[in-house]
Amino acid sequence: MKRSLTLAMLLALSLAPAARAANEADYKAAYAAAETASKEAAGMRNQWTVTVSALAAAKKAGDGGDFDRAIAAAKEAEALAKASTFQATSEKEAWKAMEIR
Amino acid sequence: MASSIRVRATSNGDITEVQTLIQHPMDTGLVKDAKGELIPAHYIQELKFECNGKDVFVANWGTAVSKDPYVKFSFKGAKKGDDLKISWTDNKGGSDTITAKIA
Amino acid sequence: MKARIALLLGSLGAALVAFAFASPRVVAADKVDPVTDAKAFQNFFFQKFPDVKHEDFVNGPYSMNEDMKRQWREKEEFPPYEFALDAGKEMFATPFKNGKTYADCFPNGGIGIRQTYPYFDEKEGKVVTLELALNRCREANGEAPYSYVKDEMASLTAYMAFTSRGKPMDIRIPDDPRALEAFENGKRYFYTRRGQLNFSCASCHVQSPGQRIRAEILAPALGILNAMPIYRSEWSGMGTTSRRFVTCNSQTRAVPLEPQAEEYRDVEYFLSYVANGLPISGPGARP
Repeated sequence: MKRSLTLAMLLALSLAPAARAANEADYKAAYAAAETASKEAAGMRNQWTVTVSALAAAKKAGDGGDFDRAIAAAKEAEALAKASTFQATSEKEAWKAMEIR
Repeated sequence: MASSIRVRATSNGDITEVQTLIQHPMDTGLVKDAKGELIPAHYIQELKFECNGKDVFVANWGTAVSKDPYVKFSFKGAKKGDDLKISWTDNKGGSDTITAKIA
Repeated sequence: MKARIALLLGSLGAALVAFAFASPRVVAADKVDPVTDAKAFQNFFFQKFPDVKHEDFVNGPYSMNEDMKRQWREKEEFPPYEFALDAGKEMFATPFKNGKTYADCFPNGGIGIRQTYPYFDEKEGKVVTLELALNRCREANGEAPYSYVKDEMASLTAYMAFTSRGKPMDIRIPDDPRALEAFENGKRYFYTRRGQLNFSCASCHVQSPGQRIRAEILAPALGILNAMPIYRSEWSGMGTTSRRFVTCNSQTRAVPLEPQAEEYRDVEYFLSYVANGLPISGPGARP
């Protein structure tokens, strides 16, 4: 599972627009997507601290006008949030494997 | 409020063993609080143990000593029932004193 | 050569068969059976550490490491939680503004009852911890509640634990489906992986007690709450069970729940129940 998480994160990061400079609309869209994903994780009571800080970093960079950095951080936050919801979903059954019987 | 000093002094033949626990924040002046403001330095500067009017242990401390410091040492020349006076003063002018009987 | 390949394939096949046999165990047994669970839980630790006396598990890392145990014995002669204990004793005896005291809120005047907490409140349908009961007592008497994690709350529980030292943990699960659900919910919380580091409580405290995590020695999950509250040198202060759960969560990079969240209360219920019979050793001192 760990490997697939890393791959998913790399994939999400590599999809960030590289050719042109990012603008505010791109940032807003990326931030909104990340926020939705992180809210879903929080709703499952499985938020990660790193998601929260990546989201905060995105907001800070976006407010400062550095949209390239803001989008990168937002994408990272989104990938982390999705990884945490994946974890919460798979653990619904997987926890039993750890149980002492 | 109870005393900030806990002490246990036991005599074993010629040697008296002393254990002390002192309640004190020992702030270094380098740490920030939750609001990000520096906590001003507040630490014990002098700690003194006197027995029968004689200093048996004097420490000049700085900020490097931990919060709620613990001291253990032993000395010669006291007997059961003697008074052991412990006192400290800190950099803000605070102080405390206690007198314990050697058991 | 051929023989070797055949052997390899054969053993691979055997491993697969073994796996197929092993995996149904994982999903089976969904019925909630706290008695069997507690027995299995205790046996696991008793077998893993045959040299550790049963009642010694409540001393956490000190039961796992001889050097630490010697240091701890010396420390216990002059324990760092002593100030909190004295403060707690004084607070416990001091009446509220309306003249009542904590003793009025608890059975037996609050003395020697720590081992029965947390309990399942059948009226409310929820688990009630000692910290929760203390704050409810304050609020019922018109006082502001304390922080759940340290200071006053830890001092009060330190005193209450001290009056119960040596008494065996005695958690009951009433014949109520909601109580069984709380137990099961706590068990699930205990074994569920969370945080970016993908750790469950069991990753450290079941799989690796006695091992080092950085400079610390991990405590066994069995009896881990019997020593609460604790003075931790790392915190240079006292902390309650809530504080322990919150820091465990954030260390695995999971956002902690609010202290006394339902999940925390349930996991406390589960962990305390499986430690039934082991003595209360709190307040404790930990590195």
